[in-house]
Amino acid sequence: MSHDRTVDVLIVGAGPAGLALAARLAGAGAGHVEVLEREQDAGGVPRHCHHGGFGGPVRPWLTGPAYARRAVRAAMVAGATVRTGVSATGWAGPLTLETTSPAGLERITARAVVLATGARERPRSARLVPGSRPAGVLTTGELQQAVHLYGQDIGRRAVVVGAEPVVRHAVRTLRRAGAEVVAVVTERPRGTAVPGVPLLTATTVGELRGRGRLSGVVVRHADGRTGILACDTVVFTGDWIPDHELARRGGIAVDRGTRGPAVDASFRTSVPGVFAVGNALHGVERAATAAAEGAAAAAPVLARLAGAPWPEAGPPLVVRAPLLWVTPNRLTDLTDLTALARRPLLLRSGEPLTAPVLTAAQDGRLLWRRRFPVRTAPSRSLRLAPGWTDRVDRSGGPVVLAIG
Amino acid sequence: MTVSPAHTAPTAPTATTVTTGGALPGGEYDVTIVGAGVVGTAIARELARLPLRIALVDASDDVGDGTSKANTALLHTGFDAVPGSVESRLVREGHLLLSAYAAATGIPVEPLGALLVAWDAEQLAALPGLAEKALRNGYRSARIIPAEEVRAREPELGPGALGALDVPGESLICPWTTTLAYATQAVRAGVELHLNCRVLGVTSAEVHTVATGRGPLRTRYLVNAAGLYADEIDRLLGHADFTVTPRRGQLIVFDELARGLVRHILLPVPGALGKGVLVSPTVYGKVMLGPTAEDLDDKTDTGSTAEGLALLREKGRRILPALLEEEVTAVYAGLRAATGNDDYAIRAHPEQRYVTVGGIRSTGLSASMAIAAYVVELLADGGLPVAGARDLEPLRMPNLGEAFPRPYRDAELIARDPEYGRIVCHCERVTRGEIRDALASTVPPGSPDGLRRRTRARGGRCQGFYCGPAVRALFEEARR
Repeated sequence: MSHDRTVDVLIVGAGPAGLALAARLAGAGAGHVEVLEREQDAGGVPRHCHHGGFGGPVRPWLTGPAYARRAVRAAMVAGATVRTGVSATGWAGPLTLETTSPAGLERITARAVVLATGARERPRSARLVPGSRPAGVLTTGELQQAVHLYGQDIGRRAVVVGAEPVVRHAVRTLRRAGAEVVAVVTERPRGTAVPGVPLLTATTVGELRGRGRLSGVVVRHADGRTGILACDTVVFTGDWIPDHELARRGGIAVDRGTRGPAVDASFRTSVPGVFAVGNALHGVERAATAAAEGAAAAAPVLARLAGAPWPEAGPPLVVRAPLLWVTPNRLTDLTDLTALARRPLLLRSGEPLTAPVLTAAQDGRLLWRRRFPVRTAPSRSLRLAPGWTDRVDRSGGPVVLAIG
Repeated sequence: MTVSPAHTAPTAPTATTVTTGGALPGGEYDVTIVGAGVVGTAIARELARLPLRIALVDASDDVGDGTSKANTALLHTGFDAVPGSVESRLVREGHLLLSAYAAATGIPVEPLGALLVAWDAEQLAALPGLAEKALRNGYRSARIIPAEEVRAREPELGPGALGALDVPGESLICPWTTTLAYATQAVRAGVELHLNCRVLGVTSAEVHTVATGRGPLRTRYLVNAAGLYADEIDRLLGHADFTVTPRRGQLIVFDELARGLVRHILLPVPGALGKGVLVSPTVYGKVMLGPTAEDLDDKTDTGSTAEGLALLREKGRRILPALLEEEVTAVYAGLRAATGNDDYAIRAHPEQRYVTVGGIRSTGLSASMAIAAYVVELLADGGLPVAGARDLEPLRMPNLGEAFPRPYRDAELIARDPEYGRIVCHCERVTRGEIRDALASTVPPGSPDGLRRRTRARGGRCQGFYCGPAVRALFEEARR
């Protein structure tokens, strides 16, 4: 037997985005705001990021765990209910979630549901790295938890794979656990340099070797040379994907680029009453960015509670290669276009760009064109603050963002 | 020659025997089975009915850790076996036996049925022959269906399917639970399971003295169910009937969000260019693509390769294009024990009190119970006393199947024990209660991988990003 309950706002995921939204909503008198967290402790990924630089603006002394504790406290002080050890396992209706916890099964119905389920790094298998299946193969998330939350032994010699800033955190965590970092390997032409660690760019991991325990990784350089890096640990970093399972189970449209729920500038998904915020939308951004998205969703959620209608979807917003994704990626009503004009779009490229010219076009008509006098890496989002959205034809075809 | 058992197994063992290190117990066993895969454990279970002292030994730290753990997880009808072969008979009988056993024991089985989809004229032309072969194998439900019906039954199929052979009796099964169920029942009935116990040599006289990595073991009868190493054990006893060539099969498992894309087991039509690859749901709610078929020399090379994975993706894209858009949960490779013959190599050597169970290919899971019954017959023919058989204690295994109730959704169970409401592995929704039970079970896991095969913990899309350290901590705590 499930226990049926009703709340005003149900937020799934007590990470930076979910907690920031909960704090805003509860503080604004949104009624019963409940946050579900499947882990035993709230706070999300920052719980196991033992480095400084959290917060917005960045505070060099503020570590992930301290940031997480603040976020939890802020939500609770504002009057939100934060429940840990509660897993949302599925949907019993458009705005009703099924949950499992040691207290039993529940069906919780809300006037607004917000998915703040975060993102994870793709593991070795999803990256189709061939070879044996030994122990000692990790993601940064697993590494950080093993070292910082569980004090587990990691290994002696490690290779780190990836090019994103998270590489630095993986190296730091490995060193702290007493492992020597043999190399950082990335298939990209540029990587994240870490003092004291050889950086192998334009290099792919061709194979993992070892029975029982990892014994080495075979690397292949761009010129065809191969070599073996002897190691007992390899950490696959970055390559983030939104944890979109609950969204898809609820029939919520997922953007092809981000792999997260498609949302408009007001964080509204394709299902009326269901919002999505934070890294569930686009893979990893800084905790402060996720929290800012959560906070920004408070106004549209409050509008929904006050009876604002759910707009019909307009033309989709899509990207052309080498662009990977843009968010928001649904265009809805005119008020939403206004919201779009206020908040920046986040745009990610799969290749480094130097002073790119970005264009937005619809049905062959150029809506907007602008040069960005910057150099961007694939691990950083471009922020577009466009004033062009009023030129979008609501009944037209897809709006295409491209490098012009 | 008549043989009287040296020991009589206790009728109701108060303590079970599973050893993983140290010297082996002394004395003499009536029967020793080498190899605790699905076949060896099935034989042990069958023998456990008899008042005999039985040992089951394996080189690995777990049961089912060789070919049995990395297969296509199908319960076959035997419709495509070589008619008249031992394999044909044993798969047909085994299918019936295991279907009933699975229902009684809680081994997840999903009777989805298979479609052998023809993608070109040659494959289409092969279907009537396959239908006729099915009949000769005693399977009467196969029929050829036209392209429109294939499309209606599998809407996500890629373009170009010309027709299919419909084999409604093929099912999905959990291979891990099957092996564990056999082993558990055998051990509870008194069979002594010795792991980390590699066989190094055999000296045969009035009794066999088996030299193992953990010291000598004396046994009157010997059964060789060593899978990939069955030829090597055979040579230790002076036989050179067959050579096992490891045939590697690489497989890609897609996340459970892909499960809605496919409704049947999509088998390839065997043709001149080999058997092709299949797309099949698994009982864990995922979708499997594979296997490749590569003959190797190295019996330990269970690694995947870039070429193999590229080939699977290319073939999979044709069969079920949308599948390739989904996230990959796992990649693995298994080795099949190919012998170059078209049949099992099950040989009795009564004068040696020895039975070889070799060449058991991918159908071994389906045939396992029938193989076991056949081997016991062969042992009896060779003089093993088989009087005094008794029924085994019924067994109920923890359910790992998505099509059956799982603890995280069971309100009554959680009310009785809240640990079943504490989800540790979020992707697979494995609770702390299930992990605790597996760690304390009759045949406990020897590694985190063994724990995964008993619970699914860490077997999901994140591969440990969220739960890895928590699961490892539970495992290590139980080992202390």
